[in-house]
Amino acid sequence: MTNRSPAEYYQRDRQWHPPALAPDYKTSLSRSPRMPLLSLENALGEVTGPVFSHDDIAEIDNDLLNNFTHGGEPIGERIILHGRVIDENARPVPNTLVEIWQANAGGRYRHKKDTYLAPIDPNFGGCGRTMTDVDGYYFFRTVKPGAYPWRNWINSWRPAHIHVSIFGSGFAQRLITQLYFEGDPLIAKCPIVQSIPDPEAVDQLIAALDMNTTIPLDSIAYKFDIVLRGRRSTLFENRLEGN
Amino acid sequence: MVQKLNYLKETPSQTAGPYVHIGLAPGAAGFEIFEQELGWDIAGPNAKGERIRVEGYVYDGTGAPVKDVMLEVWQANVEGVYAHPADGRAVEDGFRGWGRVITNFETGLWGFDTVKPGATPGRNGTTQAPHLNLWIVARGINVGLSTRMYFDDSDNSADPVLGLIEQAHRRDTLIATRQNDDIYRFDIHLQGDAETVFLDI
Repeated sequence: MTNRSPAEYYQRDRQWHPPALAPDYKTSLSRSPRMPLLSLENALGEVTGPVFSHDDIAEIDNDLLNNFTHGGEPIGERIILHGRVIDENARPVPNTLVEIWQANAGGRYRHKKDTYLAPIDPNFGGCGRTMTDVDGYYFFRTVKPGAYPWRNWINSWRPAHIHVSIFGSGFAQRLITQLYFEGDPLIAKCPIVQSIPDPEAVDQLIAALDMNTTIPLDSIAYKFDIVLRGRRSTLFENRLEGN
Repeated sequence: MVQKLNYLKETPSQTAGPYVHIGLAPGAAGFEIFEQELGWDIAGPNAKGERIRVEGYVYDGTGAPVKDVMLEVWQANVEGVYAHPADGRAVEDGFRGWGRVITNFETGLWGFDTVKPGATPGRNGTTQAPHLNLWIVARGINVGLSTRMYFDDSDNSADPVLGLIEQAHRRDTLIATRQNDDIYRFDIHLQGDAETVFLDI
């Protein structure tokens, strides 16, 4: 039916990801499936996914310092967030959409459901998007988000974080995660972070201070590489249709 | 000691949180920032086939609608073709097959307009009955949940994925009900007796 289908993805390591039910993260109790997931071998619908182009986004969309300006720049610590999207085989994932959203420097989101007392910044929207280049490289300019309180226990604070959404080339690679910042003492106390069982997996979510990319007298830089599922290079039994 | 394999590990998932809307569907959340919102037009103007609407709720384990969820859909066109170079077949100009939708914040109802897909190629020469691939993220969901929506007016009897579901009655959790001319109802239950079958793809 098809000329050629790409090979299937390596199975997702469910012991590396957080479990659906993480009791210290209270909301997960009523929103986690109790029955096991049905494990599927990939077919065409899993190894394909939406294709985006530069026509879908605007040049300024990755510049959160300027993409919601109302006459000035946002308040806060100016940062460059950059890195590569690669797969488990360390191959670049080019031309894929990366979207981010975050609180402002005071820890407040521009969202009608966020009622934290820290003020809205009139010059900060808090979301951006970009496409990786041929090497899988991406970057954003933004401000470092603030920590903020949330209702889990009565005195729970989220570490500073930026939400990241990545597509990859197949829908089975679809991923949303959060990045944290090197040195933040709230990381160890956060039940959302600590839903991840392996400390090495937590480390993978912590962006590193990157002095070499910092722009002197302008912006501090953090590097955050994103790894998506890799795919087989050798086909044996149970081939996908068309291979 | 043995040689190191040197595979990297996939970046671990974290919940999309309560404010996923401003990041991924700001226009739908009432926030003007981007010139183009992505994912509101799944089929485009030239898609062939039957125009349909899909609506439903996502329910939590207590039976309450989840009002801060975001869903994404990935589907083939009426001829069973995915708009991706790996498929190798052509789609109508403007057909993307992908969309995203958030709920009404007051009620939790979500809905999107698209075309009914055709059957798609499965593994080893099998054919999969027409379906939408769905991906669900929200506060409290640590790893995005994958599932599928089939159609109650299609022949699903030979579908290889439905056939894998051990408890036959649970297959119904993946089948949408045609309500009137062009609206299919598909409710998703995160937990409980009617828990939807979720997939590890």
